[in-house]
Amino acid sequence: MVTGVSRFLGARVAARLAADPRVDRVIGLDPLDPPPALAGLLADVELIQADARAASGVIAELGAEAVVHLAVTSAPDPHGGGRAAMKEQNVIGTMQLLAAAQGAGRLRKLVVRSSTAAYGASFRDPAVFTEDTEPRAVPRGSFARDILDIEGYVRGFRRRRPGVAATVLRFAPFISSTAETSLTRYFAQPLIPTVLGRDARLQFVHVDDALEILHRSVVEDHPGTFNVAGAGVLALSQAVRRAGRISLPLPEGTLSSFAALARSAGIGQIGLDQIDLFVHGRVVDTGRLVKEFGFTPRTTAAAFDDFVRGHHAGQALNADRLAAAERAILDGIRRVRAAATQEQEPASP
Amino acid sequence: MTQDKYHAALPGHADFELPAPRPAKPLNGNRPGRRRALPAANGHNQAQIEAAAPEPAKELDQVDKELDQIDIWDQRVANGLAFLRRRLAGAYEVDDFGFDPELNDTIFHPMLRVLYRDWFRTEVFGIENVPEVGSGLVVGNHSGTLALDALMLTVALRDQHPADRHLRLLGADLVFRMPVLSELARKAGATVACNPDAERLMTDGELVGVFPEGFKGIGKRFSERYKLQRFGRGGFVSAALRTGTPIVPVAIVGAEEIYPILADLKPLARLLGMPYFPVTPTFPWLGPLGLVPLPSKWLIEFCPPIPTAHLTESADDPMVVYNLADQVRETIQATLHSLLEKRPDPFGL
Repeated sequence: MVTGVSRFLGARVAARLAADPRVDRVIGLDPLDPPPALAGLLADVELIQADARAASGVIAELGAEAVVHLAVTSAPDPHGGGRAAMKEQNVIGTMQLLAAAQGAGRLRKLVVRSSTAAYGASFRDPAVFTEDTEPRAVPRGSFARDILDIEGYVRGFRRRRPGVAATVLRFAPFISSTAETSLTRYFAQPLIPTVLGRDARLQFVHVDDALEILHRSVVEDHPGTFNVAGAGVLALSQAVRRAGRISLPLPEGTLSSFAALARSAGIGQIGLDQIDLFVHGRVVDTGRLVKEFGFTPRTTAAAFDDFVRGHHAGQALNADRLAAAERAILDGIRRVRAAATQEQEPASP
Repeated sequence: MTQDKYHAALPGHADFELPAPRPAKPLNGNRPGRRRALPAANGHNQAQIEAAAPEPAKELDQVDKELDQIDIWDQRVANGLAFLRRRLAGAYEVDDFGFDPELNDTIFHPMLRVLYRDWFRTEVFGIENVPEVGSGLVVGNHSGTLALDALMLTVALRDQHPADRHLRLLGADLVFRMPVLSELARKAGATVACNPDAERLMTDGELVGVFPEGFKGIGKRFSERYKLQRFGRGGFVSAALRTGTPIVPVAIVGAEEIYPILADLKPLARLLGMPYFPVTPTFPWLGPLGLVPLPSKWLIEFCPPIPTAHLTESADDPMVVYNLADQVRETIQATLHSLLEKRPDPFGL
């Protein structure tokens, strides 16, 4: 059973599982109808239109063996009820789903989508987080707080149902040439606001690699908590330059109030989660994932390159233009020098 | 067993003896006016040299030299443009800690080298005690109000070490709290002084630099110069023990005189959230001019490494950790005294 199938990631995971011969039956659970763009993917998936509250009946009735919980939203949707609906879905939804799963006798596997936001944000944080690092400070962002709550419920579930293999996947921000998240929208703007005097270290994970990891954690057995990210690091300024955009550094307070204004106007979606990320940066160690899954996600730089390939429009400075400018300057110098020596030569016999 | 016997039987202490002080040979102490003039042209008579050199060859040389000059400048302009293009396109690498080697070698180090070579006339001894490959923990005395000694140590290792090693500094979290400064520090290869980061760097085979005195060292009065302060809890020793990294004590003479602290305005420091507010002969009286360091003569001596590979199991034994920290401290203090004897005049050439 997969939750959150009306969304990009959920629909894709459900479709992949349905195509796998090792999986008999895939049931999608979501309170909303999938949008037409995703409906084609879900042809082989049985859809149940209900929210997590109804899950208790569904899981026990169908005798589900594995539950994949992907109905976790990273940013409030201004049209879908805002922050209140987001919290309802993330925290209350997870609580109810896990309560239902706890009572389901045939359940063997639970896979939960989490985020590297679980590490919080503090100036005293180590540069690289491992799965065992405890957050030093409660983060300001609503999504990060939800993630901490969700992981708390999973810990409780593990205690009460030790027989169920529970996998928690802490994903770095998703990126790909087609994915639509608040971060990809942010990097697609021509002028990118950043925090003055801070240059966060960022990591991304390519959506295809995330799907592969989710798929493997359902059909194989990998209990535990894992960081899922591409190896390597991009500094925010570096990422902005690679995307061919121009950064606009603003003091942290100004950026926060601008972001709040933009949010209330319904244009931008930069929340405190993103600002925390841009101030502190977030880098994780993926050694445990690579060892356990035997799969190495493509590097952060490669994943970001794929994103840049899909977003050429709106570039101000790209590598080709810079190379052309460099050649032009060097040619110019050569031409001026040639002209100067020609002028000199007739003078000196 | 008496306490002394127990103390001596512990590993890491039994074989420790302070190195016998060598007879000091003063390196300076001659004021510029009293300096003996160097014999011109290495003792050759200038007229003889000129007579020996045939005239036409000299002219050709001159032309060649002019051409070379043009080539050198062409090369420099081309290199500069290529560097600028790579920076603007984001085509460079940073590691997990945010360290940017290209930026260091082209921007930071050339600027620091002016201070290192021309302003402080730094001399380095015992560079062969720093391991050529693999990890090492360089532990130094801290002084000088602003942590210029850490930067000079970085330049010394990059320039003088046969393997041109990068020093990865561990800094106080105050540094990483401040905008701009935190990012400069990260790009220069520093990270927060905490055990996970230190151990990760050492496991990766990096050369790590640490100043266990911290703010107590750089914020002390001029009257207490070259008196080592307390070494904290010896966290640096346990990190080295856990990874089996050799500890290289280093003594730095010269940093104490650059901004002599005459008084510390504690209430003002508390108001500004700083660990101390220094009053030096030039600061704050001369405003920004007070930030120009006094041109003292610097000596840096690396002591023989202390192996720790055989003590990996004792990383949690507070007695072993304390003894090793004490050994490092005593070694640095003794080396400081011998260096001070070599340098009778703090501001002499």
